[in-house]
Amino acid sequence: MSTIAGEKPALIWALRLSVVLLVGLWLFPTVGLFVSSFRSADQIATSGWWKALFPSEQNLTLRTAAPETQVAAGDLFVIEGQLFAAGESGEITAWGTSARDVAAFAAGTTTTLRKGGQLTVEADGSYRMTHDAPFEGRRGTRIFVTAVTPPSFSLDNYRTVLISGGATDNLAKAFFNTLTVTIPATIIPILIAAFAAYALAWMEFPGRALLVAAVVGLLVVPLQLALIPLLKVHNEIGIGKGYLGVWLAHTGFGLPMAIYLLRNYMVGLPRDIIENARVDGATDFQIFTRIILPLSFPAIASFAIFQFLWTWNDLLVSMVFLIDSTGETTVMTKQIVEMLGTRGGNWEILATSAFVSIAVPLAVFFAMQKYLVRGLLAGSVK
Amino acid sequence: MHPALQAGLTIVLGVGGCVGYFFFSNLILDRLIFPPKGKHIARNIRRANMLRPWLFLFPALAALAIYLAYPVFETLRLSVTERTVGGGSVFVGAANYQQMLAEQKFWEALRNNFVWLLVVPAASTAFGLLAAQLTDRLKWGNLAKSLIFMPMAISFVGAAVIWKLVYDARPEGTDQIGILNAIYIFFGGDAPQQWLTLPVWNNFFLMAVLVWIQTGFAMVILSAALRGIPEETVEAAIVDGAGPFQIFFKIKVPQIMGTIVVVWTTITIVVLKVFDIVFAMTNGQWETQVLANYMYDKLFRANDWGVGSASAMVIMALVTPILIWNIYNARKEMR
Repeated sequence: MSTIAGEKPALIWALRLSVVLLVGLWLFPTVGLFVSSFRSADQIATSGWWKALFPSEQNLTLRTAAPETQVAAGDLFVIEGQLFAAGESGEITAWGTSARDVAAFAAGTTTTLRKGGQLTVEADGSYRMTHDAPFEGRRGTRIFVTAVTPPSFSLDNYRTVLISGGATDNLAKAFFNTLTVTIPATIIPILIAAFAAYALAWMEFPGRALLVAAVVGLLVVPLQLALIPLLKVHNEIGIGKGYLGVWLAHTGFGLPMAIYLLRNYMVGLPRDIIENARVDGATDFQIFTRIILPLSFPAIASFAIFQFLWTWNDLLVSMVFLIDSTGETTVMTKQIVEMLGTRGGNWEILATSAFVSIAVPLAVFFAMQKYLVRGLLAGSVK
Repeated sequence: MHPALQAGLTIVLGVGGCVGYFFFSNLILDRLIFPPKGKHIARNIRRANMLRPWLFLFPALAALAIYLAYPVFETLRLSVTERTVGGGSVFVGAANYQQMLAEQKFWEALRNNFVWLLVVPAASTAFGLLAAQLTDRLKWGNLAKSLIFMPMAISFVGAAVIWKLVYDARPEGTDQIGILNAIYIFFGGDAPQQWLTLPVWNNFFLMAVLVWIQTGFAMVILSAALRGIPEETVEAAIVDGAGPFQIFFKIKVPQIMGTIVVVWTTITIVVLKVFDIVFAMTNGQWETQVLANYMYDKLFRANDWGVGSASAMVIMALVTPILIWNIYNARKEMR
């Protein structure tokens, strides 16, 4: 009744169509990357990824089998076979034997070769070459074909990026480094923040309101300000660049959000439960661990997802606090940025690497979207 | 030590350390310092309860002080000093700021940042509102929403790769593999364009990436706000003969204005800190510099801490009004 479209069918259809368009627009770039990660370098470079989903017409240069495979049949010498390599297929529409006229003949026709002999190429790629004298030479005859090839995808890029690739192409190490950064950097702030949030929500002490205000203020302090001063601190106390430094930095930067989210949630818990527990003689420590912490699970999950996404996707903090000149501790985001610089044209490696790095957050996102939305709502709607 | 082992150890030590700290500090407070027995029992309990909040708060406060509060003041100090050979520093007053203001790149960054500030929050909020309203009563609205929301999970670097493919250009005459150039040629464009190197316009192509990411956030928040609007107000408007657009702009939007402001300011802060997208896609070349990337350039490439800190203070100054506004709102709400 109260939809914006009212009850007019035309408007309802316009509405549905515009939603489809909007979703398509938002999905399209990511799908492009995803599709490209399954295509070979040649395929990516010669045709748009949106064409990869349909059979495409391509100009290919193929070769017949070598003369040494010829067999004598009666008084003819014959070479027979299939132009397409094993595992590939296509439908040939035209072919030629000269680079100057690649579409001279239709599929199924027979022509006389320059060096003598007859050649027939069928639409499915099978050919038959006959000659009354033996074929000579070491290599087969080149044939130019115009063929409609079905979509073809492979996992080769993923093999390169995850297993077999060289130092700059291989993302496996960076993947584990990212994981190593992310997990402690997600878990540790939760505990510290939970205790502080409980104190700010349920304990009476002078200066509480001021502290809450301070946390709200620190929420928006740009972490750019912290880079040099903290790097100095880390160098002075001997941490230098490394995992410990990046864990501490992520903990510090994540705390305001964590405290804010958890405090807002804890304040909303029913007062009766906590007061009853107090009357029954529970200490604050017991109230916190036995009542507040289990009840706050949704808020903790929300923050954990935020912090996970943020640390996994982070580039700046890792560059400043973690990655030293040896590059041993590089994370995925940093390695991809380097690939963008040095191998900007190698889309098959880039697309696959990018997809490997966003696959984990996407999985977390779709699995735990409920908590993410809840956290966003608690974190910004006042 | 293998990093994975080190990470495992850190988790155990970190978590164990935290739990141990909280547990034992409480134990010591209750058993040893102020035991609730003897002739001072009432006084002891009172004192223990006065101290306890600070035990709970201490690790968080220490981390916040070192990692966020101290750097603000230290950056301020660095911005008015110059490093000297041997690790010392001397006070130079406003010299770093003067040097920064004299640089053309700084003004370019500032100008671009202002355009970002105008365009990205507005576009993200508008698209978010549109998406929230359109999907509101749709059966498959939730699916549509989660697909629009999805870029939120993608890193800025990942998004940079995704959009570089969109903006890719191949030589004239060959098949275009970037969708934007393919569309451009399809609709009669003459030669493929290098979108990211076209000054002025390339800024908007970079902004599109952030709008693409932030729209989902705006949509989720605004969609919840739209659902919170009392049905009666909309029904009353329908009875009075209001059309769908009137209902949207005159009934719904005014009621969620508060939320729109919150979304707008949240995205504004993201924009002020935008770094990865520019760093990965153009690195500030072709007149696309922004403040955060300018600062990174100064700090880590030119190694000029003075000017770098000065530009960081500019970002801080731009954030400050929002900071004050947030604190003001939070305090109002607490009363």
